[in-house]
Amino acid sequence: MAEAIKAQKKQVGPAGTGWVVWVFLAPAILAMGLTVFYPLIKGIWFSFTDIDQYSMGNAFEAPSYQFIGLENYKEILFSGDSDLLRVLGQTVLWTVVNVSFHFGLGLMFALLLNHGFKVRSLFRLLLMVPWAVPAYVAAFSWRWMFNGDYGLFNQILQNFHMEPINWLSKPFWAMTAAIATNVWLGYPFMMVSILAGLKTIPGALYEAAMLDGASRFQQFRHITLPMLRPVSLSVILLGFVWTFNMFPVIYLVTKGGPYGSTEILATYAYREAFESWNLAEASTYGVIILSILIVLSTIYSRMTKETRV
Amino acid sequence: MNKNDEVLTIVGSDPLGFRILKYTILILGSFYAVFPLLWIISTSLKSESAVFSEKLELFPSEPRFANYWDVIKDNDFIFLKWFGNSLIVALGTTLVGIFFASTAAYAFSRFRFKGRETGLFLFLVTQMFPGIILVIPLYQLMVRLGLLNSYIGLIIAYSTTALPFCVFMLKGYFDTVPKSLEEAARMDGLSHFQIFWKIMMPLCIPGIVVTGFFSMITSWNEFMLALTFMSEETKYLLPVGLKKYVFDFKTQWQLVSAAAVMVTFPVLAIWLRVQTALMSGKLSGSVKG
Repeated sequence: MAEAIKAQKKQVGPAGTGWVVWVFLAPAILAMGLTVFYPLIKGIWFSFTDIDQYSMGNAFEAPSYQFIGLENYKEILFSGDSDLLRVLGQTVLWTVVNVSFHFGLGLMFALLLNHGFKVRSLFRLLLMVPWAVPAYVAAFSWRWMFNGDYGLFNQILQNFHMEPINWLSKPFWAMTAAIATNVWLGYPFMMVSILAGLKTIPGALYEAAMLDGASRFQQFRHITLPMLRPVSLSVILLGFVWTFNMFPVIYLVTKGGPYGSTEILATYAYREAFESWNLAEASTYGVIILSILIVLSTIYSRMTKETRV
Repeated sequence: MNKNDEVLTIVGSDPLGFRILKYTILILGSFYAVFPLLWIISTSLKSESAVFSEKLELFPSEPRFANYWDVIKDNDFIFLKWFGNSLIVALGTTLVGIFFASTAAYAFSRFRFKGRETGLFLFLVTQMFPGIILVIPLYQLMVRLGLLNSYIGLIIAYSTTALPFCVFMLKGYFDTVPKSLEEAARMDGLSHFQIFWKIMMPLCIPGIVVTGFFSMITSWNEFMLALTFMSEETKYLLPVGLKKYVFDFKTQWQLVSAAAVMVTFPVLAIWLRVQTALMSGKLSGSVKG
């Protein structure tokens, strides 16, 4: 075995080509450095400064912002009038509800699509359509359907002689509208991933179970679910991170309103940065978001590892 | 043949009630999936008075195709300008992205080197970084370099958005090319660069096309950076242009819908064509994560 690995290594990386690989990697490394790692470090640095739109400098003037230590963090974490806890609560609600629906719908559709039957691929194609729609177009379409005066949903309500709802100006209904939009956008990814996971389950397992007289439900409970565990854990983590950072849906469906009640951390920080120009505070929010995501995904991987069968 | 029979018996053994339930859910689900698009197509064909009326109709009684022309010719054809801006940025991003992705994918596929695993892992981790922490320093950089409202600035910023996915995708394609081809080429005295350019790239054109389309769609659909970096009206990209229409004082929903249809359908058409290839690639990326 070791011999084989050695032989393979020799084959793919011949001696004397050490520098060549770095020539091939250089473009991607430089690009990632410039657009991801440099901004990341700079962004963390900004959270310890008093940077704003004037002190950040421009093409003709050098930057003049200054290091102020932990002031921004004190302001956000410990001052009484900080919005952090409220917005964090909204973000968690937004993320958990969305990911639950994404996973639930995705799992349901995937299971229904898994068996061979006529028109199966047509249903799969139709169910995937939301994935192909740009998030901002989806946001506009749903915003229009939730329109208070002439939107589709209120027209339907009125046809049934019910009171129209002022969707976007009531906190609860505004959050509902934003979540409805994002559920629509996000379930196809889960569906497709789970469908691919189902394909990897060996048919022999089911045959054996049938021979043993296991019922449909028992097969589902003891074969399908455990076998789907790895792919489910991955897509739930990915979905969680993506939804936590989801910018365009909230920004365009509710604009964070009414009175900031549907704001999530990502949109709140963006507004702080590019509408109020509190660049330092917004950077601090960015660092806080990153820390939360790192802590949560670490806990998540630990927990799921321990319970792994 | 045998297998088909088996599948048929399994399906046949479904209780009738279960089958009815299954088709009901699938039909309702498909309706849910497609309806918002149908609704904006419907709205885009209505007259202003039909849009702002109490009557509910999915198929406008007098379809008004002139809405599309109204959007296009509005304000000195500015919609076409935005369309062009989006197209230039998307094409630029695609070319630059393919260059970065194919070279890196070749290195990951064909060389074993120190930090290879870490490098692949880092690519995936960057997917987790919140956009907001990156956009402020990038904005400052653009201001300092005078690159706000320029195509170049945005193309640079976009060049790595789809990079991790494209690298994984192309690496998968490169891995399928037999090593014996390269050995033969090396015997003939070809360098690694010649092998990359004359053997790998031509053999993997399907993979390059798919990753190219993916980069293009990612760029076409991106909203936050486009909103932040392109603030002059003539430099708007489509998402920001549409946002202006929606949040104008009195939104003309039939025109917004017509614009949205024109923005969405090119992407939808491409997406449906490359969906199977994308799915398998996207998945291998996410499962490894």
